Amino acid sequence: MLASFLQFSMSGLTVGAIYALVALGFTIIYNASDVVNFAQGEFVMIGGMVSVFALAAGLPLPVAGLVAVIAAMLVGVALHRLAIEPARGASPVVLIIITIGGAFAIRGLAQVLFDKQFHKLPGFSGEAPVNILGASIVPQAFWVIGGAALIVLAVTLFFERTLLGKAVLATAANRFAAKLVGINTGFVTGLSFLLSAAIGALAGILVTPITLTSYDVGTLLALKGFAALVLGGLGSATGAVAGGLILGLCEAFAAGYLTSTYKDAIAFLVMIGVLLVMPNGLFGRAQAERV
Amino acid sequence: MMKTFTGIAASLALLGASAANAQDIKIGAVLSVTGPASFLGEPEEKTLKMYVDEINAKGGVKGKKLQLVVYDDGGDANKARTFATRLIEEDKVVAMVGGTTTGTSMAMGPAFDDAQVPFISLAGAVVIVEPVKKYVFKTPHTDRMACEKIFEDMKKRGFTKIGMISGTDGFGKSMRDECVKVNAKFGIEILGEETYGPRDTDMTPQLTNLRAKAGMQAVINPGFGQGPAIVTRNYKQLGINLPLYQSHGVASKQFIELAGEAANGVRLPAAALLVADILPDSDPQKPVALAYKKKFEEATKQPVSTFGGHAYDGLMILVGAIERAGGADSKKIRDEIEKTKGFMGTAGIFNMSATDHMGLELSAFKMLEIKNGNWALAD
Amino acid sequence: MARFLANRWISLALVAALIVLPGLILPSSYYFRVGALVFISALAVIGLNLLLGFAGQVSLGHAGFVGIGAYAVAILPARFDVPVLLAVPAGMVLSALVAFVIGRPILRLKGHFLAVATLGFGVLVAMVLANEVGWTGGPDGMSVKRLEIFGERIRQPRDWYWISGTLLLIGMAIAQNLLASPTGRALRALHDSEIAARVAGVDVARIKVTVFVISAVYASVAGSCLALLNGHVTPDAAGFLQSVEMVTMVVLGGMGSLFGSIIGAAFLVILPQALTLFHEYEHLMLGILIILIMIFLRDGIVPTLHRLLMERRS
Repeated sequence: MLASFLQFSMSGLTVGAIYALVALGFTIIYNASDVVNFAQGEFVMIGGMVSVFALAAGLPLPVAGLVAVIAAMLVGVALHRLAIEPARGASPVVLIIITIGGAFAIRGLAQVLFDKQFHKLPGFSGEAPVNILGASIVPQAFWVIGGAALIVLAVTLFFERTLLGKAVLATAANRFAAKLVGINTGFVTGLSFLLSAAIGALAGILVTPITLTSYDVGTLLALKGFAALVLGGLGSATGAVAGGLILGLCEAFAAGYLTSTYKDAIAFLVMIGVLLVMPNGLFGRAQAERV
Repeated sequence: MMKTFTGIAASLALLGASAANAQDIKIGAVLSVTGPASFLGEPEEKTLKMYVDEINAKGGVKGKKLQLVVYDDGGDANKARTFATRLIEEDKVVAMVGGTTTGTSMAMGPAFDDAQVPFISLAGAVVIVEPVKKYVFKTPHTDRMACEKIFEDMKKRGFTKIGMISGTDGFGKSMRDECVKVNAKFGIEILGEETYGPRDTDMTPQLTNLRAKAGMQAVINPGFGQGPAIVTRNYKQLGINLPLYQSHGVASKQFIELAGEAANGVRLPAAALLVADILPDSDPQKPVALAYKKKFEEATKQPVSTFGGHAYDGLMILVGAIERAGGADSKKIRDEIEKTKGFMGTAGIFNMSATDHMGLELSAFKMLEIKNGNWALAD
Repeated sequence: MARFLANRWISLALVAALIVLPGLILPSSYYFRVGALVFISALAVIGLNLLLGFAGQVSLGHAGFVGIGAYAVAILPARFDVPVLLAVPAGMVLSALVAFVIGRPILRLKGHFLAVATLGFGVLVAMVLANEVGWTGGPDGMSVKRLEIFGERIRQPRDWYWISGTLLLIGMAIAQNLLASPTGRALRALHDSEIAARVAGVDVARIKVTVFVISAVYASVAGSCLALLNGHVTPDAAGFLQSVEMVTMVVLGGMGSLFGSIIGAAFLVILPQALTLFHEYEHLMLGILIILIMIFLRDGIVPTLHRLLMERRS
């Protein structure tokens, strides 16, 4: 009993940690610019695919990972400069469509540059599973969960302890006021894309040894990450992480205890249920409506 | 607005008409080169292009050059149907080799049947050719044959109680249904069943449940894509020691690479193509399989898969039929495809007939076992 | 030009011309098929535009209703011997019922929260269609009995071109009437400011559900047509990607422009056909084109061109 509960929990936490990182990426960009960036999943894809191909080209894994993160950051900045910045002031729906177009373009580029096969990375600490109270867990799962925790911690510190981070927060709180006190808000938005891309790529590198990767893994991750973001309450980093973990756990428990066929549906039903009770998400503040 | 519309229509017409040489024999291919089945569609496309080029370099078919028109349906049945209509109406192909998935093949079938243009599908499910549609053929083994081959092997090893975990994609679902239809015939009882979604990344919850079933002797996993690789890894992770059977949906070296260590001991039914180098020299299939493998791997730098092999078989059956028909008459070509006898392809010997539009026998499947990260014949 | 387009009869006549004139010159059934696909998509997109462009409510699961309409004409005749012609309205009723039942609770959500709730609905429908093999044929889909009128099987793309064109015209006229009615004015008030609308005495909840139900019926009819045109349905029709494509069509063409819906649908249906020449680069180019259009014509193709035209006049 306990063994299978533990097994399901670890499965849920591992998958959930990735949803959480994608949702965190969503949050950072959303806070800085009000854009829901549907290309967020593509950063995860870039992280995985570039590492795979850099590794195959003979680079050691840490270097390959670094190359992948840099590649994702470049794409992130390009997306911001070429697609988001020129459309500044457009309505939120239009901006979403632009990011969907961006996701399409990035995926299209990846299928030309790489290939359409699935790939894997080796586990960072081997593949031999560890037995904990009857549940067997691959070491990479600890890398994913621990890595995600470190990233969340680093992001929190960045926002609370650095001047740059505070500038982002200020922009998020009130773009106009931030401009008045001399913050270059365009730069801040660009920075948020850079940061989100790096987080996405790191997530991709961490998880590829478990989940495998291919040029089109981004779509589903963006969908799940968006769901996690909203479940947590748009704009709250804590909410994004919680939303991701809850979504992952819901899927794993639904598959384990109820029905594997409808596990995704159950996860969505739970989410809709939560939203009906808490229309602003788990950690969202009720906003005063603007008249 | 009217102008732009007719403008687009006119330019589309031009695109269709350009590059056409009246002397060429046009054949079409609608493949899932992108989308969830792209790992099937990509080797299919490469194979077709490679061999059409080769045939043309050698002087073509009956002195006429082959012209290949490829469209990518992205795995979407509705798009596939549109491209099928386009091949028939605009490109005026004499025949088509394509249809990567069962869903797209089933959507395109009626269009070719109506237009009386032969269509050789590259998808797995038995429903494509059963009941027989006059103009629809296929080259891969059916999923029912895969189930039968696996159950045959299980019976031989004395397994009667098994578990099943299948993908909810078209391939997994269709094969699961076929397996559930024929298991009783082999005296095999399915104790527990689980499923996973096409893009799921962790199947440990399902396998944990399956493991809990008492008395199980083996597990079968109908599915394709990355899912079976993850199932195999999770299977090993959970320390399940029962024999695991995969399907012909993972018949590429890539599966072994993705599943790694865990792949050892896995059995699956597949075409002899995968084991071309270790076939006995007396095996009549050896030269064909070896030649295709060599050419594909040299040209693409990717390990050979049976998926591309099905495209090779389809193209060669078609070329043979065109030669026998003596020209580009779709109806005659259809009749000749149906008369294909003793054609040695990568999947086995094809003997088509009016009642059998696939023409492979169960013996065309080999039961393979993965040993030390490589294919080996199981018996 | 503005007044010209705003005139209901003139814009209807324009749409009619856009349907009839190509219909007279198109060379083969391939073009008729592409045309029919444009009209069918446009019909669904007009419905979604009522919801998104006029009432300001997002739906990321509208393909779910397309799926319901499509499978209604597939399942009812095949499993219950319901005549095909009756299966279409049955699908409409079913979609309307589903929309009414789920619309009541989830339309209380706003913006992105509503987007996720509708997304969940769409995922749910697609999952049921893919998993209930006994009813739906599973992920590979099922074949659809052809429509028969006076013993004649309607299967040619040419026939469906005219049928779907007619339905599009009717759908357009109904949408125009709706917008001109008190409901339409309430809708627009809702779009501008929900609170102001409420203060002005609009029953916001009822209006939202009403327009949600109407848009679901549009999608359902489109789904039925698609299934009958193809003679085969797969759960892809209800998939998340289709929902996203529908929203993209609305926004590309122009939110709040019925005529824009037709152009948006035409754009995304025809463009991939033209891009096949570039094969490998198709997705890359499509993505870049969408970005460029949204940057330079950010109100959508039709409203922006319309405004530019006006500016040049004055």
